[in-house]
Amino acid sequence: MTMTAEPPEAAAHDVDDDVDIVNGYELVVGLEVHVELATNTKMFSSSPNHFGDEPNTNIDPVTLGLPGALPVLNKAAVEHAIRIGLALNCKVQPSIFHRKNYFYPDLPKAYQISQYDIPMNIDGFLMLPDGKRIGIERAHMEEDTGKSTHVGGTGGRIHGSEHSLLDFNRCGVPLVEIVSRPDIRTSEQARMYVSELHDILVAIGASDAKMEEGSMRVDANVSVRKPGEPFGTRCEIKNVNSIRSVGRAIDYEMRRQIDLIEGGDTVIQQTRHWNETDGRTHTLRTKEDADDYRYFPEPDLVPIVPSADWIEEIRESIPVLPAARRAHLSTVTGQPASGEAISVVTARGQDEYVLAVAHLGGDAGRALIYVKEAFADGPDVPAADLAVLTRLEVDGRLSATQAKTVLAELVANNGGDAEAIAAAKGFEAMDSSALESVVDEAISADPAAWEKYCNGDQKAVGALVGRVMKATKGQADGKAVTAILQSRRDA
Amino acid sequence: MSEPGTARLAESDVVHVAKLARLAITADEVERYTTQLGGMLEHFADIDSLDLSSVEPMTHPLPLSNVMREDVVKPCLDRGEVLAASPASEDGRFRVPPMAGEA
Amino acid sequence: MSIPTTRSTSDFAGVIALAEQIRNGDRTAVDVVEEHLARIDAGNPELHAFNLVMADSAMAAAATIDGQIAAGNPVGVLAGVPVALKDNLCTHGVETTCSSKILQGWKPPYNATVVDRLAAAGAIGIGKTNLDEFAMGSSTENSAFGPTRNPHDPSRVPGGSSGGSAAAVAAGFAPFALGSDTGGSIRQPAALCGVVGVKPTYGTVSRYGLIAFASSLDQIGPFTHSVADAAVVLEAIGGHDPMDSTSLPRPFPSVSGVLDRGVEGLRVGRITDLPTGADDDVNGRLDAAFAALEAAGATIVDVQVPAFTFGLTAYYIVAPAEASSNLSRFDGVRYGLRVDAPSTGEMMAASRAAGFGDEVKRRIMLGTYALSAGYYDAYYGKAQRIRTLIAQDFAKAYAQVDVLMTPTAPTEAFHFGDKGDNPLSMYLCDLYTIASNLAGHPGISVPYGVGDEGLPIGVQVLAPALGEPVMFQVAAELERLASK
Ligand SMILES: [Mg+2]
Ligand SMILES: [Zn+2]
Repeated sequence: MTMTAEPPEAAAHDVDDDVDIVNGYELVVGLEVHVELATNTKMFSSSPNHFGDEPNTNIDPVTLGLPGALPVLNKAAVEHAIRIGLALNCKVQPSIFHRKNYFYPDLPKAYQISQYDIPMNIDGFLMLPDGKRIGIERAHMEEDTGKSTHVGGTGGRIHGSEHSLLDFNRCGVPLVEIVSRPDIRTSEQARMYVSELHDILVAIGASDAKMEEGSMRVDANVSVRKPGEPFGTRCEIKNVNSIRSVGRAIDYEMRRQIDLIEGGDTVIQQTRHWNETDGRTHTLRTKEDADDYRYFPEPDLVPIVPSADWIEEIRESIPVLPAARRAHLSTVTGQPASGEAISVVTARGQDEYVLAVAHLGGDAGRALIYVKEAFADGPDVPAADLAVLTRLEVDGRLSATQAKTVLAELVANNGGDAEAIAAAKGFEAMDSSALESVVDEAISADPAAWEKYCNGDQKAVGALVGRVMKATKGQADGKAVTAILQSRRDA
Repeated sequence: MSEPGTARLAESDVVHVAKLARLAITADEVERYTTQLGGMLEHFADIDSLDLSSVEPMTHPLPLSNVMREDVVKPCLDRGEVLAASPASEDGRFRVPPMAGEA
Repeated sequence: MSIPTTRSTSDFAGVIALAEQIRNGDRTAVDVVEEHLARIDAGNPELHAFNLVMADSAMAAAATIDGQIAAGNPVGVLAGVPVALKDNLCTHGVETTCSSKILQGWKPPYNATVVDRLAAAGAIGIGKTNLDEFAMGSSTENSAFGPTRNPHDPSRVPGGSSGGSAAAVAAGFAPFALGSDTGGSIRQPAALCGVVGVKPTYGTVSRYGLIAFASSLDQIGPFTHSVADAAVVLEAIGGHDPMDSTSLPRPFPSVSGVLDRGVEGLRVGRITDLPTGADDDVNGRLDAAFAALEAAGATIVDVQVPAFTFGLTAYYIVAPAEASSNLSRFDGVRYGLRVDAPSTGEMMAASRAAGFGDEVKRRIMLGTYALSAGYYDAYYGKAQRIRTLIAQDFAKAYAQVDVLMTPTAPTEAFHFGDKGDNPLSMYLCDLYTIASNLAGHPGISVPYGVGDEGLPIGVQVLAPALGEPVMFQVAAELERLASK
């Protein structure tokens, strides 16, 4: 663990250059992200929307598709869906529901209620931290399906199983499906997109967006083309369960498609399954047996026509979004907005805390680093206490090493008086002239090392710094010592 | 499939539709449905000549919108009662034959 | 002038009369239920109006009502009155089959809203009535459990799909029954059985717990001996239900108060371009009804509803399309019939093949086809536009008249097997009733004498959406004129 500042971010470059060309091919990716909404109840019924309960306990006539049951729309789900649309800069429009008809045992009515040609949110965009803009085609509402478990055969796989078991707790959980335009050109952008989307969803409270619990699920439409040519045939990759897998699956699929084309084959439009274990995508089904979903307007539901007032009310409930928070934190701390420290601290929701430290007279830059390094589990240290510590360090009264020791003490005790802790530890302010004389003593004591250092052997500096540290019982700031050595040498 | 409006229905259409509708049908039924459904489609030809391009479809007899409920949990069905009435269950879940081959 | 009648159903006490007798202590509910159970015992084996008779629970409920009345507690408007429920209405813990093998033995874990409302009003469920499987048919011949016979002539059908409910009321098995009407399934059997049947405005009676046939057309309504009884029942079961998103946010229009207002000054429309096909005796009864209303002070106005004639096609596209989707849930996974097979896909296909009857399969096939890729616009899309056309044409007509009057059904009750092999000939039974389902409008069938073969004939009064008050006003006058 280091406590150095982030390296400055590479200057933002023109987005058109933001492509990886592999073997002369360009990657084209569009993402479809399903997120479960953070409601108390299902999308169309009043049973709980709750993960991890005993199987088939969160069920009601609507969830089970019992004969005679009718859906009634959850207002909170609609509000979350509108919130997502607004956060993604979409146009929120009057919308209707359709039935998407297909038989599958985890789909009790044999149709999914979904939005089809008149979705709630259209034409938005999401800005990646590096400034690349990814278009959002639509963000529509639909209901989740139940879950099947495959028994017998190998490893819970569907193939070779003896029978399957169905749990409908998840069935009817409200979802929003966010469909990006095919604007993504690198697997890194895809990962950034998912990560940024995750942070936005959490920030607005629309979803807990936990990929590991399936409350955020990513499908990637991947194709390759020679730059300037029309889009190639795409494959849809399913079962991508982590941000890391998003990158791996896309990289693998890109390679696979390029190899196919280079080998004289063609890419067949199909749905493929990402296998985390073998790191490959596998055919799930091809376009030929694609279903005919027989969409038609859901007669059991009426249109959603949100009033301008209601949309405004929802807009006002949206907090400052991660991108704006990062920008603000960047201004206050002087660190790059897309740097790791700001990303991490903002994603953890600790940016307010860093700002509070700065507001109380602390040094925002140092506070950012402290928080990133030491507060992974959340700050339990009063901002005022951290402000004192940052001041002690930037005023040169504590070395970075000493500050780190005091910080550990603050964390362990949920706060405290940094000055008193430093005093109790015998940390003294060492002014620069005192330090300079200690450095000079070290040079005299080890002329051989000094000689090597002056001749360009950087490793020799370690011996000299070590002497200074020993003489000052570790209270000297290593960086300051190195700086003095450097100025002596260059003089 | 055959052209809409020609009111001719091939047996292959009937086979395809039965597959979509998850109905196992016999060769006899394919023949019978081809004749009967074809006859109905022929009867429906009375609307072929109507130009309805300027008429909005009625998806609903009523001009309702924004029908929503509050996000409040209500009691669930009893799992035991529901599973007892099901064709097969196991470990608190509904049991079905292997799902391999499901699209 | 006297109107010829067949075996009179007015021999049986109606809803209002029975409720009053029970409330006043003139009769006990137990006595009333016993009387009806006795008639069921005697007549139902031949007529097969019921799939299930709920004798024990009915007797228990009657005893409870009697206890409440004896204790001087307030009771509901229908307290102690038996009701027959179409077997597509969910009744908690009581077998609900839709007259289909696929649901045989299924006991719903919940009640339909109308069932709860009837119970709250004190009515006593006495049985579940037979129907064409999943309400698909016009004769109740399509029941998986055998047909219902017409009480006026057991060699003939009672109409359908709510044939069991119509027959139950006509035979005196219950003073009222509930049915569902998707294309005429209340009004047509009411006409063939000589009772009153109402399809109310779409959205005025909750569909929650009604096993769906075609969601945008289905509506629950009553069978009764009199127009006044129908009014009381609708006021008890109707009105907003938060469990049905298509339920109108208002109480059921008050109709009981308008029944004795007569028709003086009302304009009754005769549709001059109505599709032909009704038998002469049916048209004769309709003409007589127009003449009688005119004599009673109404003005008869000729109007045109050109799109009416396309209703049949629109209906036989829309209804099967929605049905194909609604009936997809019967897949052998969670409830109902399962035929074992090596895979889930085969199990579903085999279960559905074994569980559904011929007419249901035919409509699922037709509806699936009408929604399938490449055909939606030509069929479902176009049919939905015809609905708009029908509504527009109706609106023009209602600018000139208060109600419209047509035959309910084209013929008297026909013999079993008469409509034989051609499904289309059966579909023509709904010729005059489907337009109001497509438009969402109310319609009522009132018995108006008998035809050539001595069987009941009904006339249908139609009104615009929420026009129940004027519709009932005219129907009540027709009823008075019919008994003169
Ligand atoms: Mg999708
Ligand atoms: Zn989706």
